[in-house]
Amino acid sequence: MTTILSIRDLRKSYADGFEALKGVSLDIEEGEILALLGPNGAGKTTLISTICGITTPSSGEVTVGGHDIQTDYRAARRMIGLVPQEIALEPFENVWNTVRLSRGLFGLGKDNARIEETLRKLSLWDKRNNAIKELSGGMKRRVLIAKALAHEPRVLFLDEPTAGVDVELRKDMWEIVAELKRDGVTIILTTHYIEEAEAIADRVGVIDKGELLLVQDKETLMAQMGKKQIEVMLSEPIAQIPDSLALHNLTLNGVGDVLVYTYDTHADRTGITTLLNDVSQAGLVLRDVQTRQSSLEEIFVNLVSGETV
Amino acid sequence: MNWTAIAAIYRFEMSRFFRTLAQSFFSPVLSTSLYFVVFGTAIGSRIQEVEGVSYGAFIVPGLIMLSVVMLSISNASFGIYFPKFLGTIYELLSAPVNFFEIVIGYVGAAATKALFVGLVILATATFFVDIRIEHPFAMAAFLILSCLSFSLLGFIIGIWASNFEQMSLVPQLVVTPLIFLGGTFYSISMLPPLWQTITLFNPVVYLISGFRWSFYGSADVPIVLSLLAILAFTGLCLAVIGWIFKTGWRIRS
Repeated sequence: MTTILSIRDLRKSYADGFEALKGVSLDIEEGEILALLGPNGAGKTTLISTICGITTPSSGEVTVGGHDIQTDYRAARRMIGLVPQEIALEPFENVWNTVRLSRGLFGLGKDNARIEETLRKLSLWDKRNNAIKELSGGMKRRVLIAKALAHEPRVLFLDEPTAGVDVELRKDMWEIVAELKRDGVTIILTTHYIEEAEAIADRVGVIDKGELLLVQDKETLMAQMGKKQIEVMLSEPIAQIPDSLALHNLTLNGVGDVLVYTYDTHADRTGITTLLNDVSQAGLVLRDVQTRQSSLEEIFVNLVSGETV
Repeated sequence: MNWTAIAAIYRFEMSRFFRTLAQSFFSPVLSTSLYFVVFGTAIGSRIQEVEGVSYGAFIVPGLIMLSVVMLSISNASFGIYFPKFLGTIYELLSAPVNFFEIVIGYVGAAATKALFVGLVILATATFFVDIRIEHPFAMAAFLILSCLSFSLLGFIIGIWASNFEQMSLVPQLVVTPLIFLGGTFYSISMLPPLWQTITLFNPVVYLISGFRWSFYGSADVPIVLSLLAILAFTGLCLAVIGWIFKTGWRIRS
């Protein structure tokens, strides 16, 4: 794997003293999908805007494909496509011309076949002569993606691509992202939908208050950070947890027929064997046992609230 | 230079113009005709001749300048303000283009549209009055330079403005009075001596005077001064654009 995007100690502070980025460093491998998670105002959009040239960094270094974004901005930007968070399109222009403008802006000559291919891929071909204002919100988002892809970028930034989008379109969007990955495009997406990161990302970065709290392989992150739970279902409900099981820190559900045991997957001893023995010795009869892994969302909430790192 | 990008911006801006071609064409034809009816016929019948030219023909250069200047400003200011307002400016800022390439695209398109309207007015005027153009190259130079320089001014206004009210502030409160008091409808020699001196501080006087000279060979101020004035104005606008480019003022945070 080669590094396609390298960010070193990137900082951005504004005249009023607000620090939007506090020394972010990150390497992104070619062909991967990185999801940047973070609450509103965490610095996700500032990070993307700075890499893409919309915001000037206060200090730090960013290279895209080895090209510095400031000293060699033309070569760097040619490799980048950006799909912004807000729908920003000229309402009276038609889809075709809007997409063609993007290709031209990036210095690429007329290539109708390429634009047609992009529009077809995004199910926009039938709408090519429609004015933007005639399109639905979902279609407008597709136009934004088509514009970003018109110049055949190697790195694609998707800034909250599914914010305010219905479930069906979100699934469509994930499919589009998967297809782009198959084409070898590196994708960095910001989101605060955890299931989005969980569904499509290879790696997950968590950003909060301008700092990158961690970047990790999604599976590793879930395995390392994730807590697992065992739900022990009893054949007969009980009124309270027997004293002999007090050491296990169990919780009892409302009906009284499920005991929940939480443990760390990466602990040396999970305590499962002891628990099951103790349950049996307490005279409780098991109906079923199942495990449940904490979701990225729970990991994320824990991280930004500072409970676990 | 990213010429492909400049062409793309230019083409995109012009396509808006072509979408409303009928409006772009008939509006100046109608307004010019109205000026001729009101000023040329009603007032002109009492004035007869100014500096050896019929009043109707005398006001033609001023009328063209009036429209060209106002349109250059509004085309260019809306051209760049619209992307700011809609948010589409993100694409310009993240594209491999520098600020001068953006300026050339937008200003070029704004100036082309204004030039087209200027020529339409000139053609319309020939239906009402006899026009002669003694110095066609000078006429073309003044017309093109005016389109370009005021488009540059419009671009600066579009960058500066943070709402639609500010967009119309400079054209309405500054430019319109300067044009009307700049000898569009009269010769400066018709004013009392004190006002003649005061008028010389109005930069538009030099513009209209020079442009009128290219038509009829007579001018309120020496032609060299007119040329220097328009060149200085263009230079000033370019300097401001250069400063915006350097500082990213109101564009890049």
